[in-house]
Amino acid sequence: MRGFFIDAMKFSLLIQAAPHSAQASATALSFAEALLKQGHSLHRVFFYRDGVHNASELAAPPQDETNLPHRWQALAREHQVELMVCIAAALKRGILDEAEARRYQKASANLAPGFVLGGLGQLLEAAVESDRLITFGN
Amino acid sequence: MKKILFISRHSPYGTSQAREALEALLAAAVYGQDTQVLFMDDGVFQLVNNQNSATIDQKSLGASLPALPLYDVEKIYVHSESLRNRGISANELVLDSVQIIDSQAVSRLLAQQDQLLSF
Amino acid sequence: MSTLHTVNKSPFSHTALNSCLTVCGPDDGVILLEDGVYGAMASAPSHTQLKEILARGIRVYALKPDVDARGIGEKLMAEVELADYEKFVQLSVQHRCVQSWY
Repeated sequence: MRGFFIDAMKFSLLIQAAPHSAQASATALSFAEALLKQGHSLHRVFFYRDGVHNASELAAPPQDETNLPHRWQALAREHQVELMVCIAAALKRGILDEAEARRYQKASANLAPGFVLGGLGQLLEAAVESDRLITFGN
Repeated sequence: MKKILFISRHSPYGTSQAREALEALLAAAVYGQDTQVLFMDDGVFQLVNNQNSATIDQKSLGASLPALPLYDVEKIYVHSESLRNRGISANELVLDSVQIIDSQAVSRLLAQQDQLLSF
Repeated sequence: MSTLHTVNKSPFSHTALNSCLTVCGPDDGVILLEDGVYGAMASAPSHTQLKEILARGIRVYALKPDVDARGIGEKLMAEVELADYEKFVQLSVQHRCVQSWY
């Protein structure tokens, strides 16, 4: 309903910090939730540098702590947001999907469902396509 | 065509910040937008000549910067106050084709952009 | 066109806020978040620079959840406005670009 009262803008977010070790990705998630609540759209969340760790299926934080990968997944499911993980940054840091795990002959893949690997060009695409691009880093 | 400014504020080698900023910039440059870069704060250390990063087993960042004009990134800005505060003079840089600009000019530069990518 | 600046580092240990304030333009806005909210304290080293910015009509905000988390609500400069995430989003819409200082 809010979309009637505001000029809805298309946002993209660039996230460069790992969950847990820095607050930045939690801030980004809260920002994402707030912009969606106000009737704006979220074109892409691009995870770069240590931000790729937000996409780890293997993160197992204690029950009484926030699970950012799960929260990103929930956001993506509810609002059809594209969660894109820079493939170059991911490979260096050990975040792989099935295809890359096979390619590099690794024991397993760990890219969490709901996230996709993509090239750095997709960051530029997000910058071109979006009205607002905001970086969250540490 | 959008005006997109990359702002690179971190020194090379100690963290991957500078290297990964440059990789993003080079990837972006092929997309035909008006892609520019500003080096500020410790980011100006990326431009210091005589870097020899083989000593620490890393690819030289200084040696990578001359590729920027080849990728059509011709608007390369360097913050004068950042250089001055660090005792680096204009003739100690790996690139000649930079524009050294003061804080007010940086402020105006930001105001001209369509997007800022903060590194 | 104006810029919204976000700063998430404490000025007691980082120069991010200082650098930000050096290049703030006349129509810009500044929002302090995460550890950046320590920059809103009256005791912060950036206090004088922040006062100059405020005197030029630039608005400075501190993200309330981060202020409350850190227990510094009573120690902030009066001129710094508390903002919630809704306001943060509105500021990002109002200004043309967002520069993040970290």
